[in-house]
Amino acid sequence: MSFPLLTATAALPALGAVATAAVPAEKRTVAKWLALLVSLGTLVLAAIVAIRFDPDGARFQLTESHAWIADFGVRYELGVDGIAVALVGLTALLIPFIIAAGWHDADPLAEKTTSRWRPTQGFFALILLVEAMVVISFLATDVFLFYIFFEAMLIPMYFLIGGFGDRAHQHGEEEAGRQRSYAAVKFLLYNLAGGLIMLAAVIGLYAVTSDQLGSGTFSLQEILQARADRDLDIATSTERWLFLGFFFAFAVKAPLWPLHTWLPNAMGESTAPIAVLITAVVDKVGTFAMLRFCLGLFPEASQWATPVILVLALISIVYGALLAVGQRDIKRLIAFASISHFGFIVMGIFAMTSQGQSGATLYMVNHGISTAALMLVIGFLISRRGSRLIADYGGVQKVAPVLAGTFLIGGLATLSLPGLAPFVSEFLVLVGTFARYPVIGIIATVGIVLAAVYVLVLYQRTMTGPVKSGLEKLPDLRVREVLVVAPLIALLIGLGVYPKPLTDIVNPAVGHTLSDVGEKDPKPEHDARGGDK
Amino acid sequence: MSTMNTVHSLWTMAAEPAGKIDSPHIEYAQLSPTLIVLGAAIIGVLAEAFVPRKSRYAVQIGIALLGFAAAFAAVIALAAGGHAKEEAQIAAMGAIAVDGPALFLQGTILLVALVAVFTFAERRLDPQEHGKHVDSFAAQGSAVPGGPAEQAAVKAGFTTTEVFPLLAFAVGGMLIFPAANDLLTLFIALEVFSLPLYVLCALARRKRLMSQEAAVKYFLLGAFSSAFFLFGVALLYGYAGTVSYAGIAEVVEGTRQASDPALAQTMGNDALLLIGGAMLLMGLLFKVGAVPFHQWTPDVYQGAPTPVTGFMAAATKVAAFGALLRLLYVVLPGLRWDWRPVMWGVAIATMVIGAILAVTQTDVKRLLAYSSVAHAGFILAGVTAATPDGISSVLFYLAAYSFVTLGAFAVVTLVRDAGGEATHLSKWAGLGRRSPLVAAVFAVFLLAFAGIPLTSGFAGKFAVFKAAAEGGATPLVVIGVISSAIAAFFYVRVIVLMFFSEPKPEGPSVVIPSVLTSTAIAVGVAVTLVLGLAPQYFLDLAGDAGVFVR
Repeated sequence: MSFPLLTATAALPALGAVATAAVPAEKRTVAKWLALLVSLGTLVLAAIVAIRFDPDGARFQLTESHAWIADFGVRYELGVDGIAVALVGLTALLIPFIIAAGWHDADPLAEKTTSRWRPTQGFFALILLVEAMVVISFLATDVFLFYIFFEAMLIPMYFLIGGFGDRAHQHGEEEAGRQRSYAAVKFLLYNLAGGLIMLAAVIGLYAVTSDQLGSGTFSLQEILQARADRDLDIATSTERWLFLGFFFAFAVKAPLWPLHTWLPNAMGESTAPIAVLITAVVDKVGTFAMLRFCLGLFPEASQWATPVILVLALISIVYGALLAVGQRDIKRLIAFASISHFGFIVMGIFAMTSQGQSGATLYMVNHGISTAALMLVIGFLISRRGSRLIADYGGVQKVAPVLAGTFLIGGLATLSLPGLAPFVSEFLVLVGTFARYPVIGIIATVGIVLAAVYVLVLYQRTMTGPVKSGLEKLPDLRVREVLVVAPLIALLIGLGVYPKPLTDIVNPAVGHTLSDVGEKDPKPEHDARGGDK
Repeated sequence: MSTMNTVHSLWTMAAEPAGKIDSPHIEYAQLSPTLIVLGAAIIGVLAEAFVPRKSRYAVQIGIALLGFAAAFAAVIALAAGGHAKEEAQIAAMGAIAVDGPALFLQGTILLVALVAVFTFAERRLDPQEHGKHVDSFAAQGSAVPGGPAEQAAVKAGFTTTEVFPLLAFAVGGMLIFPAANDLLTLFIALEVFSLPLYVLCALARRKRLMSQEAAVKYFLLGAFSSAFFLFGVALLYGYAGTVSYAGIAEVVEGTRQASDPALAQTMGNDALLLIGGAMLLMGLLFKVGAVPFHQWTPDVYQGAPTPVTGFMAAATKVAAFGALLRLLYVVLPGLRWDWRPVMWGVAIATMVIGAILAVTQTDVKRLLAYSSVAHAGFILAGVTAATPDGISSVLFYLAAYSFVTLGAFAVVTLVRDAGGEATHLSKWAGLGRRSPLVAAVFAVFLLAFAGIPLTSGFAGKFAVFKAAAEGGATPLVVIGVISSAIAAFFYVRVIVLMFFSEPKPEGPSVVIPSVLTSTAIAVGVAVTLVLGLAPQYFLDLAGDAGVFVR
């Protein structure tokens, strides 16, 4: 038996979490370095996965399969396709930056230090635990296995949001605590409700497969095979209900309008690194699962629901962007911007064209990197001034030019400036959507215009103009902070100029997904692609 | 005067074969678990009478532990001897079934009882009184609360070691309850385990009036439900001319004709069957705590001494659901189309009302009481499946749930202030900062209650909902997951309170327990995690045990 590479990739951060949590209270620095090293080790493993993955090979590679709970038809099945490779890579890439950016976020305040209370160890252990659960849900090819970690990751996330907030808060300590626990509970209840609805659908899927295949199964490969062989034929109405159950959970997670309202609270109240963890890493599981499970398991129902979902995505794009324009709180602004971006991703997925879905996958990766870059810089800024309100800033570029510069690049990436990575994906999504649904594609471009508005207005208000009182002594980025931001910016530029390595991995997987749904690219668009090559 | 004739002939019929009764044939080996436990209970009573007060505590714990452990060993031996499957049989002249579900549930009850002995015996939690360690039970149950007799008893350092024999009697009744194979045995078992529980409920050391009130409520409502139950037994006898499960089932199916001229007029009368069956169900649903027979749960759970609450919440449910399963699957399968809609309604009401009422609670014990109501609803969803999968899923759920419950109530005993246990939720604020370990353990139990994956609660919930879905009860599953979402809200609320609220300066402290309670809690956590991560072995066990003998 070969080395279980995928299991190792998921298990390393989980073991690292246990080890980090076990570090004695006074050895905080040890815990931090341990967490960072573990996350870098996971990055190495993820890189090995990406290298060993053959884009032109089988659909699922590096597979592992073991019996687990035979009574429920559950197997421990892992495997990667191109989309999973890209997202595991994104996760493994971002966690070290999140850890480094949050280096001092969980240091205990002097007066609260007791022998047993170890927030620092807990903070980094929880981040690693989230990483492990996110990675395994990208790797799982068994629906039940996926579901378990999809749900279980809520718990460490919940403690990260509720337990650790910004040091300084414009409303004072007590109010901050109240808002934080409100945000954490809202996050948990929204996602738990979504997950439980999905549980009903998961059980329904079992009932259908056990009815038609003789024994219930959750194995994605087995179900796809059975469907291809026409052994499995889910009744239309059943398939629609099951699809809705799954989609509901993913739409809460993604988040799609009108299920998005937990995200601004959660991102607003948590520290910047945790906000990045939420939007750039955890939420990607939702859009990823739409691609893999909604389209793979329920192709006909996906087709059936497409018009409604596209409209919801469109509303997310425009509504999120409009609300971002109107925000006074920097973090909430980024949250609404993210809702707009998730709208683009969902639109790309359900446009049912190869460009749209490749674009959506790239979008997930690029949105992760660009949001991380922008949000982490914002976190550094907020930690200096102790306020999240835009009105408290102004003229920062005069006192902290490096901070302002990185802020600008992150912002420009968010508004999809050509030359930076997000442009490629946004362009692909729009082209892919336009090929099939021209009207929707055109309306979606409003989102791009609004993105320019909210990013540039934010930059103008906070960075340019006269220096606000209290900001004269604002220190510029420290070495640690530059080390966090610089690689992300390099990646944004690199992938913007040369996205081919990523598209090469993603494209065959998207082809498989499209053939699951039984869709082909519309004719004229196909010709145009042929002309390109 | 046909009634007169009937009554007359009933008497004569009953009296006639008196001389012909053979001495009953009792399979002692097959009944050994119950006999061992009841024997231990009687030895406990004798020990109470003859052993000097000083050494009673140790002797009683020893008797109880030995008795339960030996009975558990007997259950294992019976199961290993194939009595769970091919050797399943009906023992004691048709009174007791020895089959898979009975042995599985008996094993579960005995394990729960073993752990409960640890929590009963705990003496490190309350501050010492007059230089002596005291447990959770009143110094002298018969003394008027606050009166001179009680003060004298406390001063003399009396302790109520009778709780151990009482516990053993209750366990003995619970062992018979899911195994009973005729209605009279079922009724006797019901009373045998209920009466000691009523007494145990009244024995709290602190807040004695509340404890006595709880006991009186439990007793009165329990007596009512017993009366209904007994009336139901009588009606079913009128219907079938027999109280044995198999006999009633045969009459329901129409394979057995009236052999008793006295009952010729009533036998086969469906009205008797339906009303009698409904009354039996009412009696059992009362013990289970299903809506609308749940009103006693919060008061009793709150007032009873917490170790008793934990034991009662876990073991009573196991025993009562076992009896309910046997009744529905062995006696009334022919009536499936009549009882399923009713049980659907009860299950839905229980899930929804339990979950919604729990949201408004401010006391930990009441909250857990309503949560137990909601869980009864989830289990009922599996009961209604009417498939072998339904049986085994319920068995698994019961095993998983009982250990979470025991553990959770054991944690409740640790959080104390000057007035004893601090059960008001506001006092739990910030517990996670002060005692991270205790709060984390309680969080694990709450997450298991909420059915979060990787805990036993999730595996159990998945099993019953799967069985319900396969049994065609999709609406039940949907309502089940919605109530789970509501239920999750209040479990999460407690976690928020423990971890994200600032500790209050006057708040309670967590007492470091002795090895006894620590063991109980550790067992609870271990079972919760093992059944969550690797449930397959236990699912197989429950699956193998899923066939009733008839």
